[in-house]
Amino acid sequence: MSLRTRSDSNVYWATLAVGVLLAVVAVPAPLLPFKPFWLGLLVIYWALEAPERMGLRNAFLLGLLGDLLAGNLIGEQALRLTIIAFIVLRLRSRMRFFPMLQQALVVFALLLNDRVVMLMVRAFQGTAPPDWTFWVAPFTGVFLWPWLFLLLDIARARVRPRES
Amino acid sequence: MPSPGNDTSPLFAEADSSTLGLVGFVLLAVVLMVADHRGHFLDAIRREATVLAGPVYWIASAPARAGRAVHGMVVDRGRLTDENAQLRQDLLLAQARLARLTAVADQNTRLRELLDARTRLGLQAQLGELIDVDLEPFRHRVLIGLGEGDGLAPGQAVMDSRGVLGQVVEVRRDHSVLILITDPGHAIPVRVARTGLRSIAYGSGSLDSLSLPHIPFSAGVRVGDTLVTSGIGGLFPAGLPVGTIRQVEPDDSATFVLAIATPAAAMARSGEVLVLHDERLQMIDGDGMALEFVGPPEELATTPTAISATPDVEADERPAP
Repeated sequence: MSLRTRSDSNVYWATLAVGVLLAVVAVPAPLLPFKPFWLGLLVIYWALEAPERMGLRNAFLLGLLGDLLAGNLIGEQALRLTIIAFIVLRLRSRMRFFPMLQQALVVFALLLNDRVVMLMVRAFQGTAPPDWTFWVAPFTGVFLWPWLFLLLDIARARVRPRES
Repeated sequence: MPSPGNDTSPLFAEADSSTLGLVGFVLLAVVLMVADHRGHFLDAIRREATVLAGPVYWIASAPARAGRAVHGMVVDRGRLTDENAQLRQDLLLAQARLARLTAVADQNTRLRELLDARTRLGLQAQLGELIDVDLEPFRHRVLIGLGEGDGLAPGQAVMDSRGVLGQVVEVRRDHSVLILITDPGHAIPVRVARTGLRSIAYGSGSLDSLSLPHIPFSAGVRVGDTLVTSGIGGLFPAGLPVGTIRQVEPDDSATFVLAIATPAAAMARSGEVLVLHDERLQMIDGDGMALEFVGPPEELATTPTAISATPDVEADERPAP
């Protein structure tokens, strides 16, 4: 059990590191609106698979890190990730047994909700409302979700036997 | 396939997902956001914490750097020679122009001395490099590799070889964040070079356009007119190229014209930029005497208002050079 947890924790930290990098890595300008909310996807995955790692507190801290890196209002991503983590943790016992399609739909709803939260924060901040491309990212996110899910599951399954 | 961890977790909501926890963290986040937005309490923390961000940015910008390096290696010799020839020609032209400009500048100084006007002409600039990271898609912010140590301060204008790019909004230890003139929350006071009409160019949120609403029909703005900074507001020095009018159409009320301009600067991310230095410091340096400063009050002119960096609000005429 302890070995299993430890190897899992390697994957956990690796995904967070990659996620943080992906959040700021440059993509060509036309692809910018398609950039998914990587940290959000990671929080969904880990809250679903290992809630003892990704509780509200860790989601919050990850969000703070994201805020510092992205240079936006401190607390914005922290708020968004906390909300995502909360909803996932609440739905977790049901979501884990959903077929992939249904799970993807829930993820889509989560990402859309996240955009609404972001819009609210921006509105309070007094920023001009973004154009329609603002709503593209959840689609990319949900498109990537099954692949991310399978990839991380495979990675975790791979790491486990090697260490035991 | 049961995954690890589920054997310890209860079937229903975990302790950590209690509503109380959510309320607590949401409140904390809101308090942080308000503190960051209203007061600038968190500026110091942010500045210190982002020292750690340096390596992250370095790694994240590695693909872009590698791309450029590969491009440099792959591009063939013939094209490099062509490029070189082209650059030589450009340099020659630029030098010729510069020589003429020096003569004009000399003349200008002499005339100014005659008039006993003592306004600065020099434009001090510092070369900085853009770092290839995306801060956020919907806010046009970019990162440059100059920071506090290089003497940067919020409010400094930044341009590339073709025109105004934006201004510094946040200075960190070794990086600074720029807001581009195309950011939807940015506005820059401009002047139509041909007619002298003064207006304000707002960022449109897309990298290739600025919008100038509420231009009177009678102003006669035409497609192809160039826009330069007007110097009103005191943040941007006057006379820097901003863009070219691309489209002119009546607005919804049909009483004004809405003009769309293409920014002169290359808003694409890579490359070098010039950070213009605050002229007021130079003015005071002068020859030991503090010059009378005509412009917005000190605290207004350099307010590091992150989102609404709208110099027009604090506009006040200052002498154009």
